[in-house]
Amino acid sequence: MKNSIDAPYGAPDKVRKICLRYANRGSDLIEVLHDVQAVLGFVDETTQKEIAEALNITRAEVHGVISFYDDFRSEAAPGTIVRVCRGEACQSMGAENLLPVAEELTKGRPRIGVEAVYCLGNCALAPAVTVGGTLHGRVEKDHLVAIVEHAALADEASE
Amino acid sequence: MPVHRQPDFGTPAKNGADVSLKIDGVEVIVPEGTSVMRAAREIERDIPKLCATDTLEAFGSCRLCLVEIEGVRGTPASCTTPVSEGMEVTTQSPRLEKLRRGVMELYLSDHPLECLTCAVNGICELQDMAGAIGVRDVRYGYAGENHFDTIHADPVDLSNPYFQFEASKCIVCSRCVRACDEVQGTLALSVQGRGFGSKISAGLLSEDFFASECVSCGVCVAACPTATLSEAALVAHGAPTRSVETTCAYCGVGCSFRAEMQGDKVIRMVPSKDGGANEGHSCVKGRFAFGYATHRDRITTPMVRDKVTDPWRVVGWDEAIGFAAKRLKSIVAEHGKEAIGGITSSRCTNEEVYVVQKMIRAAFGSNNVDTCARVCHAPTGYGLKTAFGTSAGTQNFASVEQADTILVIGANPTAAHPVFASRMKQRIRAGAKLIVIDPRRIELVKSPHISADYHIPLQPGTNVAVLNAFAHVAATEGLLDNAFIKQRCEDDSFADWLAFVSEEKNSPEAVADIVGVEAATIREAARLYAGAENSAIYYGLGVTEHSQGSTSVMAMANLAMATGNIGREGVGVNPLRGQNNVQGSCDMGSFPHEFPGYRSVEDDAVRASFEKDWGVSLSAKPGLRIPGMFDEALAGKYLGIFIQGEDIAQSDPNTKHVTAALKAMECVVIQDLFLNETAAYAHVFLPGTSFLEKDGTFTNAERRINRVRPVMKEKCAMAEWQVAAALATAMGYEMAYTSSAEIMDEIARLTPTFARVSHKRLDEEGSMQWPVTDAAPDGTPIMHENGFVRGKGHFVITDFVATEERISRKFPLILTTGRILSQYNVGAQTRRTKNSKWHDEDVLEIHPHDAGQRGISNGDMISITSRMGNTTLRAEISERMAPGVVYTTFHHPLTGTNVITTDNSDWATSCPEYKVTAVEVKLSNQQSDWQSKQREIAATHYKTEPAE
Repeated sequence: MKNSIDAPYGAPDKVRKICLRYANRGSDLIEVLHDVQAVLGFVDETTQKEIAEALNITRAEVHGVISFYDDFRSEAAPGTIVRVCRGEACQSMGAENLLPVAEELTKGRPRIGVEAVYCLGNCALAPAVTVGGTLHGRVEKDHLVAIVEHAALADEASE
Repeated sequence: MPVHRQPDFGTPAKNGADVSLKIDGVEVIVPEGTSVMRAAREIERDIPKLCATDTLEAFGSCRLCLVEIEGVRGTPASCTTPVSEGMEVTTQSPRLEKLRRGVMELYLSDHPLECLTCAVNGICELQDMAGAIGVRDVRYGYAGENHFDTIHADPVDLSNPYFQFEASKCIVCSRCVRACDEVQGTLALSVQGRGFGSKISAGLLSEDFFASECVSCGVCVAACPTATLSEAALVAHGAPTRSVETTCAYCGVGCSFRAEMQGDKVIRMVPSKDGGANEGHSCVKGRFAFGYATHRDRITTPMVRDKVTDPWRVVGWDEAIGFAAKRLKSIVAEHGKEAIGGITSSRCTNEEVYVVQKMIRAAFGSNNVDTCARVCHAPTGYGLKTAFGTSAGTQNFASVEQADTILVIGANPTAAHPVFASRMKQRIRAGAKLIVIDPRRIELVKSPHISADYHIPLQPGTNVAVLNAFAHVAATEGLLDNAFIKQRCEDDSFADWLAFVSEEKNSPEAVADIVGVEAATIREAARLYAGAENSAIYYGLGVTEHSQGSTSVMAMANLAMATGNIGREGVGVNPLRGQNNVQGSCDMGSFPHEFPGYRSVEDDAVRASFEKDWGVSLSAKPGLRIPGMFDEALAGKYLGIFIQGEDIAQSDPNTKHVTAALKAMECVVIQDLFLNETAAYAHVFLPGTSFLEKDGTFTNAERRINRVRPVMKEKCAMAEWQVAAALATAMGYEMAYTSSAEIMDEIARLTPTFARVSHKRLDEEGSMQWPVTDAAPDGTPIMHENGFVRGKGHFVITDFVATEERISRKFPLILTTGRILSQYNVGAQTRRTKNSKWHDEDVLEIHPHDAGQRGISNGDMISITSRMGNTTLRAEISERMAPGVVYTTFHHPLTGTNVITTDNSDWATSCPEYKVTAVEVKLSNQQSDWQSKQREIAATHYKTEPAE
């Protein structure tokens, strides 16, 4: 699979600096990935190679870790990410009804992405959803549409 | 019936105190640390398993090997549970049966049920386990499907030419991933994703197996319990039906393989877990690159011609041997016995080499026998014999597992000795320190999970200066092992040596400029070597192929003795031998001054023993070395040569000199698999046998005598020892053997270090490391344990003398040569396999600075010129090289690397100085004259294509 977007200009320098921050220790791969993603937004294959080289580990190891965790991305993320919890508590409180609503919102709008998560630790306020990293509890359908549209507007404005 | 598989104990063997336990009521005693699974297998109570195999540590993921243990709650996995005293284990019960069935149902619910048309039908562990567990129904459905979309998203990965990867057959046991990590040490594989979506992946998402870091050693394929990773030949032809245990014919590691066959066809070579050298591991050459043995380029009938300009005439064996004998005899009649001789091959068996040297000494009547070790490890033989009394490495391979500091000098094990390199890398990952002395930044200097503590990128040709500096640091900083020296070494030669190395001229500060490396680095590395509990030296042709090759070997021997690093596990001076039987061919009396067992031809008592046994009087005069043969040929005094399996026109230095000498001869007899470069100058071509047809023994770099067994009949109808015996007989010296075993009996009778060796013992007891004597009837893994073979260890003064090959304004760069993983030596074999997919031409590695100065970009054709000649090849810009040094390989004949190498050689043994040639490199768009001429010849003679 080919990545549609390459890492931004100057990325290799930034990546090397981050690796150096962890003394190029292979055992700190996850920390490095977090920091790289925080700076670049995602970790594309070119960057994965850079990291492997700097930490003196294999490309396969880097790829294995990135592909294991949903939070690590090898492609640029959509501007607005909606995460709907599908854990037991949220399911029992109607989260399954929220998913089609969220998916409906993405139609024709590539800058909105919907993902499933399994527990946001907000069970007491189920169903839980995060939009653009902000946690919302007791979410209902209309409420969800409003939050997402609001976030999408902000995203478009920032574009 | 599918081939019988080697038993699998599930988890590796352990060493420890005896532990007694009961399994299904049967008492069993195993070493502490052994798993319950392995203990059960010891009494043939196999516990079902999928993720466990005895080449890997226990993983505990498949949940099939559950057992019940008295007093323990639940059903622990037997692979991850170590035995304990008094333990009572039950391996079979209704509860276990139910659990295992449940697990197996889950596996089968996502596995294609196409067993009858599957590549591993009959040799599949999943199939075996399903049978043993008795699954009769799959509650989750068994429509024969798998969640992978093999047509679109996850097609079969066919990128590797030798094996394929089919994700839909995978049960994600991780055996491949762990084997790549724990055995090979490459870590090219990982599990991509998680849970149900897990998929084995090579390299990055966009990479297939070929593009990944995979080195195609095949360890993952051997570890796979299903058809997910399968040899291409297995897919094409089906399961093998019989197997023969034999020895690989590539490098000096000497791996044991099971040749798995259908009739006369080799389906696959599977590394044998019983192999003393490899213990179940392999590399891309031994595991996969055997197709040359049945390649259509093989010449299987004898051929003769009066003049080398005539076309070859196919003849019968009698005529060919008669033709050769008549010509050789007429040369002797006219010019005397000294006018003919021969070269033995390090690719052939001990028995074959022994018979050829006997033919030359007894039938030709001179000691004009030499071997290709002349151009590689002759300095090792000379140097180690002088210091220790034995022309061989001191350790077994397993010894490296006890080393604390490893010094690699002039060797590139990951390319040239990959199976041993894996063992070494595992030791380094476990904490051993590493010093690399090499002009090139080889893989061991830095590669995933490996990082040398010190890399000394010395100027080629300055090994002796570095080693003297190491000794200087040890001697002047109080790091010598005085107790060892006093007890084990000569007082006088040590005192002289101590005074010598202590001189200021040998200090790191004094040699730093010559070596081209900072003094502090040399000093610290020397401290690391001399200060460790166990330090081991491993070296290769980067040490020996120099004008001071023998001096370097002796300098290493001095250093090891002075620091007490000889005579136990984890230490030693270890040559990594290039060819499968270079140790053996030297042992077998291939040198012009030595009978088998390295005993001088001038020694009357030794000579008398051979004269008595062979029934002929023998010359006491040492014969000609290979370079001497060429010189005498050009002088018109050496006119006939028998060349056993060696391509001197490609492999020996200064090609034009070699071919001129061959042209000057009246009778050139070659025995080979293919019409090689040398064949262009031959009058008689005698077809040889590949290792798959040979019956005999190879001796590896750790002195291990391994059996080589024929898996098919000779393609040319005669064994090589039969040919030599027939030629000797035709020359007038009656020689007759009924079998290869009989030859080994004669070797044992006449060679003290082989006294207790016989094919019968090797077949019954497995490989042995010489000396195999009455004192050491099972062989000698570690040499010089209680004293040196020569008595006391001898120190030699090792003054550094720079080579005469110097850089100048006209030739400002130094060329050094080496090997690559996928190709082997002159490439006669590997070029006839799909290994060329990895390396289809030789390239010149050049530092960006040197390339920039000359306007050379990556991939440009360049011409390289030395004082001897010039050739053209492609440039590869690489920071592996230091500025001022360029590097290439010599695997392809048209590269003509040796057209540019010089006549310089080791002062003691005439081993050529391949590693140092002053050159200039320029952009070029045309072939050299030599190459144009060769291309014309090649168009008609040497066309090669990969085997089917």
